[in-house]
Amino acid sequence: MMPDLGKYTEAVLSSYALSLLLLGLLVVLSLWRGRKVRSEMEQTELRISRDG
Amino acid sequence: MIALLLRDLKLAMRAGGGFGLGLVFFLIVTTLVPFAVGPQSDLLASIAPGVLWLGALLACLLSLDRLLALDWEDGTLDLLATAPLPLEAVVSVKALAHWITTGLPLVLAAPVFGVLLNLPAPGFFWLVASLAVGTPALSVVGTFGAALTVGLKRGGLLLSLLVLPLYVPTLIFGAEVARRGAQGMETGTPLLMLAGITLATIALLPFASAAVLRVNLR
Amino acid sequence: MSIATKANAIWQYANPKKFLATTERVLPFFWISAAICLAVGLVWGFFFTPDDFRQGSTVKIIYLHVPSALMAINCWLMMLVTSLVWLVRRHHVSALAARAAAPIGVVMTLIALITGAIWGQPMWGTWWAWDPRLTSFLILFLFYLGYIALWEAIEDPDTAADLTSVLCLVGSVFAILSRYAVNFWNQGLHQGASVMRAGAVTGTDTTEKVSNVFFYPLFLCIIGFVLLFIALVLYRTGTEIRARRIRALLARERAGA
Repeated sequence: MMPDLGKYTEAVLSSYALSLLLLGLLVVLSLWRGRKVRSEMEQTELRISRDG
Repeated sequence: MIALLLRDLKLAMRAGGGFGLGLVFFLIVTTLVPFAVGPQSDLLASIAPGVLWLGALLACLLSLDRLLALDWEDGTLDLLATAPLPLEAVVSVKALAHWITTGLPLVLAAPVFGVLLNLPAPGFFWLVASLAVGTPALSVVGTFGAALTVGLKRGGLLLSLLVLPLYVPTLIFGAEVARRGAQGMETGTPLLMLAGITLATIALLPFASAAVLRVNLR
Repeated sequence: MSIATKANAIWQYANPKKFLATTERVLPFFWISAAICLAVGLVWGFFFTPDDFRQGSTVKIIYLHVPSALMAINCWLMMLVTSLVWLVRRHHVSALAARAAAPIGVVMTLIALITGAIWGQPMWGTWWAWDPRLTSFLILFLFYLGYIALWEAIEDPDTAADLTSVLCLVGSVFAILSRYAVNFWNQGLHQGASVMRAGAVTGTDTTEKVSNVFFYPLFLCIIGFVLLFIALVLYRTGTEIRARRIRALLARERAGA
């Protein structure tokens, strides 16, 4: 299953791990902030349309 | 225009800070370097051109945040914006005043500090030449940075963050001229490039600075 | 459809409502196809390509290094274009898209730098060298940081959009200048851009070519990164549009009360 990476195992694995971690972080943070802002906007719209 | 220039110069003299402070900062940086890297004179001689350039650059940076801030706070900038003089000319004059109060003293003092760092004899002329050609670009680019951050309350740190990457080409070519000069190598190409950058920034960047300043004055 | 209406077709997305409605529909497609391309490309590259005879297994890093480096530059180009559109046509969506793209550019630059350092260590014997390409990317990274810091520092969104746009234009010129200055300053260890050169792809240039075994998964990874970038930009622009709308609503409420 795991290919033989020879003496460079650490280099290859760590670069994959770090890159995927960074990409994952970017996606998760974007989605998290997106959700938050979206619900905030809906609440604000609702409140304003109810009040006025 | 000349009246504006004289006024800026007079203010800088009177405030006391602008004129001498950059120079003193330059002196301190030059003094601290041997403490940091050791007193071996051959080592100092080889890094002297770069250190002197970096010191001059940082000294320039130091005085940028007061460049427009004072006029912004007391409303002079609003008046200048409505004056018949175009804003492009105003920022050019501001940059010129900054160069005369900060850049020119640095150029003149650099040989003295070169002695402190054991700069090789052929390097002195090229150091002064490269600084004389390069520092106007530092002032003009700095004016752009100051115009960008003039409306901000704590713009000082941000100003350095924005301006320092823009200083990279000038620093590279300027230090290269000084280094090659110190080693007695040919300096024509980097000096021409440095002059090109300086002329291009003087010609074009005031338009960007004025545009940015108009946005900030809106 | 005439040319004029076609040219108009793209500007209708400058309307925030229209933009949100459309991205809502196309986003799932981009997310899913990006995930598929990246998964297939990276798994193919990682598990099913041979080692390079000179670089050993480190050649597998190419599937992350090259696409991220490409996107780091393309992201700045995209910001440059959207900044210009904002300055000329004053479409809010355009300015917000530039803002949304900047953090993606930072991450891409960071990935390119990190994978480059990890790759450089066994190949060149050093994590970092002041090589022109590496240095240029570090400078690009600084430009991204300054750009984002300026966006964050300014309260009024329109002022911020104007100032960052001008910074982006000026920064682009200086970034290109820096690239040439750095080239002049030090000749480097890094090989030339071997992937995108026509000779390298068709295999006529045998000295430094990336052979087809490596090229197909790499191509897939590049497409995956592009799709991921598009998905992220569209999604994040939507977020910025909504954040702007909240601001506007609150401001109107305060003015009314």
